[in-house]
Amino acid sequence: MALDDRKSEFTFVGTRPNRPDGLDKVTGRAKFGADMSAPGMLHGAILRSPHAHARIVKIDTSKAEAHKDVKAVVTRADFADVPFKPGLEGEFWNVLENVMAGEKALYDGHAVAAVAATSALAARDALKLIEVEYEVLPHVTDVDKAMASDAPVIREGAADYSVPEGMHPNVVRYHESGHGDVEAGFAEADLVIEDSFVTEATHQGYIEPHACLGMLGNDGKGELWCTTQGHWIAQKTCAALLGIETSQLRVTASEIGGGFGGKTTVFIEPVALALSRKANRPVKLVMTRSEVFRATGPTSSASMDIKIGMKKDGTISAAQGVFRLQGGAFPGAPGDMTAMCAFAPYNLTNVKQVGYDVMANRPKQAAYRAPGAPMGAFAVESVIDELCKKLDLDPVDVRLKNAAYEGTKASYGPRYERIGLVETLEAAKAHPHYSAPLKPGQGRGISCGFWFNHGGETSVSLSLSEDGSAQLMVGTPDIGGSRASMALMAAEVLGIPYENIRVTIADTATLGYNDVSHGSRVTYASGLATIKAANHAVEKLCERAAASWGIPTDAVKWENGCAVPSGPNAGDFDPRPLADITAHMGSTGGPISGHFEATPEGAGVSFGTHIVDAEVDPETGKTAITRYTVVQDAGKAIHPTYVEGQYQGGAAQGIGWALNEEYIYGEDGRLQNSIFLDYRIPVASDLPMIDTVIVEVPNPGHPFGVRGVGETGIVPPLAAIANAVSHAAGVRMRQLPMSPPRILAALKDNG
Amino acid sequence: MVEVHLWSGLRSLTGGQQVVEVEAKTTGDLLRELVKLHPQLQAPIDAGVSIAIDGRVIASGLTEPIPEGSEIYLMQRLRGG
Repeated sequence: MALDDRKSEFTFVGTRPNRPDGLDKVTGRAKFGADMSAPGMLHGAILRSPHAHARIVKIDTSKAEAHKDVKAVVTRADFADVPFKPGLEGEFWNVLENVMAGEKALYDGHAVAAVAATSALAARDALKLIEVEYEVLPHVTDVDKAMASDAPVIREGAADYSVPEGMHPNVVRYHESGHGDVEAGFAEADLVIEDSFVTEATHQGYIEPHACLGMLGNDGKGELWCTTQGHWIAQKTCAALLGIETSQLRVTASEIGGGFGGKTTVFIEPVALALSRKANRPVKLVMTRSEVFRATGPTSSASMDIKIGMKKDGTISAAQGVFRLQGGAFPGAPGDMTAMCAFAPYNLTNVKQVGYDVMANRPKQAAYRAPGAPMGAFAVESVIDELCKKLDLDPVDVRLKNAAYEGTKASYGPRYERIGLVETLEAAKAHPHYSAPLKPGQGRGISCGFWFNHGGETSVSLSLSEDGSAQLMVGTPDIGGSRASMALMAAEVLGIPYENIRVTIADTATLGYNDVSHGSRVTYASGLATIKAANHAVEKLCERAAASWGIPTDAVKWENGCAVPSGPNAGDFDPRPLADITAHMGSTGGPISGHFEATPEGAGVSFGTHIVDAEVDPETGKTAITRYTVVQDAGKAIHPTYVEGQYQGGAAQGIGWALNEEYIYGEDGRLQNSIFLDYRIPVASDLPMIDTVIVEVPNPGHPFGVRGVGETGIVPPLAAIANAVSHAAGVRMRQLPMSPPRILAALKDNG
Repeated sequence: MVEVHLWSGLRSLTGGQQVVEVEAKTTGDLLRELVKLHPQLQAPIDAGVSIAIDGRVIASGLTEPIPEGSEIYLMQRLRGG
């Protein structure tokens, strides 16, 4: 997309007004997933497998169906593959299989049946009346064991074209890329370090559980209210799974209490609709926290081998990584993304990366901020840190020496456009944190991180009101303050105050298709679309002014919220403010609106550098993060407070992932810690103040220079914290989370 | 003609070639021509690919123009959270 309207001087962009949804959220007026009700509404509940892997021999629902409060019971037979629409395939089939088990229960917590009853309690009680006969099968939950020759096969034939011959059927995708000759590069090195690393699966940990209200008639027309990062994908997927036409299902996104990638697919929504279709009444489904942990998307777990060669001056001569990612009982673990991102910060002559997507008896992994990238960065940046230590080199200087810049051939192939990694490293080096003295028992770690960012299909509509205010409809649920950013960008183009613009997240019936709020795409793509839609409206405002002055449209320009003659030859007319033109729009040609529908391509990749200080208690193994600084390139920060919020959120979630969070499975393949008491996410008292530095190296692919900021911030923390903890403890930590028992064990092993 | 650089994992589908030369004016042409020359590339293309043109990553668009002599890399389709 040619961008001939790039802008560098701003009036509204870069300011920090209050968010438009703030009052609703602090007063409880905002409606989240579970806040919607409907007349005659039933409550749903889902029966889940207690086994990690089992053949479903028989399901007898007759007793539940006979219960006076139960209005519907559904099993897999009530979904689209039989009898409505045979032949569902690809990811739709995977999602259906995850939403409701078919022949086998594939993990502890896999849905096998659901009921709708007149109360939530009656629905839960009725689940006990459903009789399921299982034939328990051998299971595997560990990624390395799932690849071993004796591992139980989860599904034959799930592997795609990419998997080399001879691999276990649980290996379903394979990626290999790189350039140069790594063996020659290792031969040139003064020091080569080869090491292995492991990370456990973590959950996105959104505070709001999945919740929805579904209504579907036997005429195939339906309504769905749900908490989601993307209601068009919910619409498309639910329609496919239920065998109805996409356009007949209207989906409205509620306010969202966190998503982080985990609400980019559906879990309970098709179930609520299937129950509703059968009961002919609205059905509400709300997950418990335990259901969220057992049956919705955690990250992949990972096992990784890294080999890096370095010269005495810090030059990396070769780098190689093997990344094995376990993504649950379905294809989709982002081993390819891990591989492509792991070495992306560096300008390497010789690099090779291999990624595996491996199935195991766990819930289907879902995206989590920069999916796949944090694990790879942990492994790679740990080895770089060890090389720096052994060669007595400064870790920031070494990264600067090897840093990628505009024109560098990326480890994943192409050459970079303008990027800002060097600027983040220079800002980190200059930050007072980097030179601050450490106390005894403390260690400092740094790490770089990379993420691609994404554009995606986008529709935006802007309409002007007679009084000169504006309504902006976007289709990307606001997961990080994006309504404020959209209003700022529209204000910048229209030249009217931020407060005069109302931003609404439109439902699927009132706006064209929008991809999910993922891939750090919202401020980039919906922002670009907002600017283009506002420009479209400005063109019409200029046309109306030109007509009123009797001069050609191209003799009018838009300046500070007014139509003005474009030069002395255009004539001498007083500026016409926006409200002056809209006041008469009904009688001068009709309503004025602006639209934009496209798939913006040019998201622009993003880099960050984090500095962390950690203190380890050698008696208890507990780690305290004592200081944290995030430096990241935002391209252009539209609303700096919310950019900083993204940086701090990435660091906070990274601290949890690095230190405490993990899925713990028993020998029986059941999840042992499915509540927040046992699965420990960081709370405020676990976190230091997190300093932020916004670097702005404009993205050439956006009119205002925006790069997405939502995901890159979680890429460096695992590595930076591991490096800090390893220095503080005096022993290299190779497994996440670095929970107190693991640190104590590492200290003991180290003597 | 433009040279299309494949990721090394695709060499097994192209008889060992990692750089394939095609005549293409758009990203859509490029994918069609690749399959014409190497039919086995249909599977990875169906699974999802992105195309980098002189470093600019085109995630999915098939109508993006390809300037003569530009540097083209085929990449696996990106996914985000």
